[in-house]
Amino acid sequence: MIEVGNIEKSYGKQKALKGISLEVQKGELFGLIGPDGAGKTTLMRILVTLLLPDRGYAKMDGLDVVSDFRKIRTLVGYMPGRFSLYQDLTVEENLQFFATVFGGTIEANYHLIRDIYSQIEPFKNRLAGKLSGGMKQKLALSCSLIHAPKILILDEPTTGVDAVSRKEFWEMLNKLRHKGITILVSTPYMDEANLCDRVALLQNGTILSIDTPKNITAGFSKNLFGVKVETTTQRFECVGLLKEMQGIDSVFSFGESIHITSNQPAIQEIQVTEYLNGRGQQGITVERISASIEDVFMELMQNEGN
Amino acid sequence: MRTILYLLQKEFIQVFRNKAMLPIIFIMPLVQMLILVYAATMELKKVDLTVVDLDLSETTTRLTAKFEASSFFHLTRAQLSSSETDQMLLKGKSDLVVTFPQGFEKDLKRNNEATVQILVDAINGSAAELSNAYLQTVIGSFNQKIRAEMMGVPKFTPPQQVSVIPSYWYNPELNFKFYMAPGILVILVTIIGLFLSSLNLVREKEMGTIEQLNVTPIKKYHFIIGKMMPFLFIALLDLTFGLLVAKIFFGLPFRGNILTLYVFTSLYLFLVMSIGLFVSAISDTQQQVLFVSFFFLIVFIIMSGLFTPVESMPVWAQNLDKINPLYYLIRIIRNVVLKGSGLLDMTRELISITFYGLAMFSLAVWRYRKTV
Repeated sequence: MIEVGNIEKSYGKQKALKGISLEVQKGELFGLIGPDGAGKTTLMRILVTLLLPDRGYAKMDGLDVVSDFRKIRTLVGYMPGRFSLYQDLTVEENLQFFATVFGGTIEANYHLIRDIYSQIEPFKNRLAGKLSGGMKQKLALSCSLIHAPKILILDEPTTGVDAVSRKEFWEMLNKLRHKGITILVSTPYMDEANLCDRVALLQNGTILSIDTPKNITAGFSKNLFGVKVETTTQRFECVGLLKEMQGIDSVFSFGESIHITSNQPAIQEIQVTEYLNGRGQQGITVERISASIEDVFMELMQNEGN
Repeated sequence: MRTILYLLQKEFIQVFRNKAMLPIIFIMPLVQMLILVYAATMELKKVDLTVVDLDLSETTTRLTAKFEASSFFHLTRAQLSSSETDQMLLKGKSDLVVTFPQGFEKDLKRNNEATVQILVDAINGSAAELSNAYLQTVIGSFNQKIRAEMMGVPKFTPPQQVSVIPSYWYNPELNFKFYMAPGILVILVTIIGLFLSSLNLVREKEMGTIEQLNVTPIKKYHFIIGKMMPFLFIALLDLTFGLLVAKIFFGLPFRGNILTLYVFTSLYLFLVMSIGLFVSAISDTQQQVLFVSFFFLIVFIIMSGLFTPVESMPVWAQNLDKINPLYYLIRIIRNVVLKGSGLLDMTRELISITFYGLAMFSLAVWRYRKTV
């Protein structure tokens, strides 16, 4: 449904995309995962015909993004990263407007948005600018769906949205996928990667890996340990100490705990605990954990760096 | 075609939902008509004239009385030294100082000629020129009179002379307000056309809404027309309102056909809006648009012939004025309002603004990119 072949794009001397290729199947929920500046938005803008690629090609439902841009605009729904609806129009006026400029009506495709729109319908006479973040996202999704697109492209739809709304939003995407809509979604949140059918890990304009979330984490070959500490100061000290420990490949702070990797069988939980205890760090627990997408990402980034 | 209607519907909702809009539409023309038209007058009244009469003869007293009789001058008599008269001008207490030297009458009678000194504060060049000219006229006519008297010519055979009796057409009383009001209305419609439409477009860029709009199948010219129509409508409404205000408050005559004026103004607005939209198509922020538009607006207004006649500008500047939209509409509106000119009386202007407008519109549509 979406086919990207060796796309390159530069802004001046800055290379945003360095030859990206990927393919998204019909009805797939595909995630572009990567930190800010990885090139997610640039790739999406090329796919929705807002940007021209420097090199390479991209096809949406078999149509070329450069030569068939007019046709593509009618079959793609796009939700930009920044809220881009009219803040001085009401909820209903926004929806009405986007339905009509695509030559349709709200009623014709209401079945597609019913689940989402019904949640904000009580506020249909409220100005869009006065909605909460979560409701804005629902309205933006409704507006990008109202012309019944075959492909939906969502640029960081959950950034800046509260945890409950984020969960709801992903449930909605899941339902839309079951209606046969192909969805390409980008997110900087690694935990959301597990909700996709397949993901591409993007970093500095290159793809580090493309696979199902399960295969990606399963491909993690090293031993991974989580180190839990008691205080923030202790965490800082432990990170410093662990970086100097023999046989440890990487040390990253992961919120409350520290993740360390090693591919030496000689290093197990007990060795790490003893090492830290021996240097005056008490009250720590070390356990073997299975890798998350984020761990894989860190690992791939480190390899890339070397 | 239906797309344009939906776009217009959206634009109108947004324009009238903007709380600043109604005051802009109704207060701006009121202020311009009631303050600017009165303030921007070039009529000279009550020029401060100081007469220093060192002769104090019959002739000088009569001539001074002539000055006093004119409503043009506000006269003060003073006995001052030449350094004191300099001070009068320097401190701005007087605009004009006329000095009759001692022995003025004696010279006149004995030598048939006498000199009078006129000092003019020329900080404001055109006012100085005008008041000097008026003073010269008064002195000139007095001159003829005393010559006739001295030559002893009987009253029934006045000396031969050509007398000019001017007849001012289209504005017989030389009412300056009639001349200014239509011109100021041009500035009004220009501000609305140029600023509101171009700021509106670039605002879509600033707010990011253009990104959502650009992925829709809306055609570029649909979008540009959608940005023009609401402000064309508002500008014509304001023009009508401004003309009404002028009619009610100072009896501005309207000799032409209002439809003629609408046709000309619409073509003109199509032109200035295209310029404005071109500027906003190449800008990213409202600040940039304001800055560029403001610069051009000032140049256009000063060269438009609103305050100073275009004919008195150097030839190269007159040629440059061919690309000044205001130059055309100010001519047109004065002719339509005061002279009653029709479309065919100004075909040259009609053709010029139409083609100029089409060119700028194409440029704006071409430069507006649906890609970012």
